[in-house]
Amino acid sequence: MSNDREIVVLGAGMHPWGKWGRNFVEYGVKAAQDALKDAGLAWQDIQFVAGADTIRNGYPGFVAGATFAQALGWTGARISSSYAACASGSHAIASARAQILAGLCDVALVVGADAAPKGFFAPVGGDRPDDPDWVRFHLLGATNPAYFGMYARRRIDLYGASVEDFAKVKVKNARNGLANPNARYRKAFTAEDVAASPIVCDPLRLMDICATSDGAAAVVLCSKEFAARHTTDPVRISAVSTVTPTFPSALIELPDIATDSSAAVAPQELSFRASLAHAAYEEAGIGPEDLSLAEVYDLSTALELDWIEDLGICARGEAEKLLRDGATEIGGRIPVNASGGLASFGEAVPAQAIAQVCELTWQLRGEAGDRQVAGARVGITANQGLFGHGSSIVVTR
Amino acid sequence: MTKDHKPVVPGWFTTSGEDFSLLGTRCTACGTVFFPRRETFCGNPACSGTEFAEIPLSRRGTVWSYTNAGYRPPAPFVSDPDVEWRPYTIVAVRLEAEGLIVLGQGAPGVGVDDLKVGDTVEIVPGVLYEDDEYVHTTWNVRPVEVRA
Repeated sequence: MSNDREIVVLGAGMHPWGKWGRNFVEYGVKAAQDALKDAGLAWQDIQFVAGADTIRNGYPGFVAGATFAQALGWTGARISSSYAACASGSHAIASARAQILAGLCDVALVVGADAAPKGFFAPVGGDRPDDPDWVRFHLLGATNPAYFGMYARRRIDLYGASVEDFAKVKVKNARNGLANPNARYRKAFTAEDVAASPIVCDPLRLMDICATSDGAAAVVLCSKEFAARHTTDPVRISAVSTVTPTFPSALIELPDIATDSSAAVAPQELSFRASLAHAAYEEAGIGPEDLSLAEVYDLSTALELDWIEDLGICARGEAEKLLRDGATEIGGRIPVNASGGLASFGEAVPAQAIAQVCELTWQLRGEAGDRQVAGARVGITANQGLFGHGSSIVVTR
Repeated sequence: MTKDHKPVVPGWFTTSGEDFSLLGTRCTACGTVFFPRRETFCGNPACSGTEFAEIPLSRRGTVWSYTNAGYRPPAPFVSDPDVEWRPYTIVAVRLEAEGLIVLGQGAPGVGVDDLKVGDTVEIVPGVLYEDDEYVHTTWNVRPVEVRA
C-alpha cells in the first residue's frame, strides 16, 4: 500500500470549534502554529501556503492563503486560495500536494478557518435568478437541511430506516466527541434528547442536523524525502479525490432544484458521492476492506448512513444494520466518525475537510486518547459541498 | 382591485391556457431535457448542440422524496415575520419521460403524511407570495389521490 504519489502529513493542528466571536484569522493562525509545532518546523521553513477560502468573512476570506500568510508574517512563500464549498479544505490540500509532487516545493502549510453565523446558511445578497443557490431559497425555501430531509426520508421509505436509527448516530457521535478536546459539544445525548428536539425538516430534528461553528484546522504537508529527515514513521496521504459528478447526475443535489436529464444518456452506475470514494480507493490502491476507520460528513445523522454505503463499507440499505450491530462504534469493525463528527463539531466549512485529515493523522499515530481506534493503519475521509464539489482522502501509515 | 399575476421567474411555466406545465428546453441535437431551461450550450459532454426547443414537461410524476420546512427559511425566501410560521412541504418529483427529478412546494394543505415515495403526483399552479402590487405565481405539487 504505497505509491509514488504519496505525500506526508508532518504536522496537524486545530483551533477548537465553538462560537468564540472572534475573527477567523485568529483561529487559523492558532491552528497553523500548532501544526508547525507538531511538525517540528518554524513558519519560515514553509515554502507554500494553501488557504481554504470562506465566503463569510469578506475579502480576507476569499483570499485565505494570503490572509494567513500575512497574519503569520510575510516570508515570500508562494500561496494559493481554494474555494470548493464544503470541500474547500480538500482542494487546498490538493493544491499543496500538486506543488509537492511536481517538485515545486518540499513543504507546505494548509489552513482553513471560519467564523460562521448562527442558523441556516443563506445565499449571498441581491436579486439573482441566475444563481441556483438564490433560486432554491427564493422559490422553495429549500435550506440545506431540506435536502438532508429528503435523503433521510428515502432511507425510511426504501430501506425501512427509522428515526430511532438516526438518533443512534447522534448518540454515537456525541459519545465520541466527549473525548475530543477540539469538539464544540462535549455532552452525551440520548435518543430521548433527539426525539424531544423540534422538527427542522421532516423526518430530521434539530439534533439530527449539524450546527454551524467557528473553528480552524491546519496540516503541514511535505514530500517523502523531506519527511525522511524528520520522522521514521510517517503518516502519508495516499489519495486525494476531488472528482466532479458525471453527466447525467441523477440525484437531487444542493443547491439545484432539478437533476440532469437522463433522456439521452443513461446515468453511470456510481452516484456522485460513491464516485468520490471510488476514485480515492483507486488512487490509493486499496478497497473498503482495508479501512481501519472513516471520517464522513455527517451534515445530518441520516447522511452518515448514506456515506457508509457510498464508501462501499456495506451494500445499499444496509447501513442501519451496521449501526444497530455497533460496527461503526469505536471498538467496532469499522468505526465511523471517531472524532465525534460534525454532530460534535458543527460545521466550520473551510476547516472541516482539513480537520478530518487531522483526526486520521492522530488516530494513525495512536495519539487520539480516549477515542483511539486500536491499531488504526488506514483511514478515509469523505465530504460533499455545493455545486458538484466533494472530496475523499485516504491516509495510511 | 385584483392584483396582476406575475410568474416568480419568467419562462419557467405556462401562464395561459388550461394545461399548466413547467417549461423546459430540449437540445435539438441529443434530446437532453433541461429544467431550468438552457438555451445556449448543451450540458451533455458528448454533445455540441447549441439549439434548443421549448417543451412542456410532464404534468404528472412520482414522488422521489419529500420533507417540510419546520423553520422559517432565510431571505431571499419571502415571508412575513409577524405571521406565525406554518410548515409547508417540499416534494422531489421524478418525471419519467424527461428522466429528471424536480423540486416543488407542496400545494397548500398537503402535508408529509399525505406523501410516500413512489406515489403519483401532479404539478399544478401555485402562489408563492403576494405583495402590494402582484400575486407572485409558481408551481406546486399535489397528490393525485389524496389519502384518507
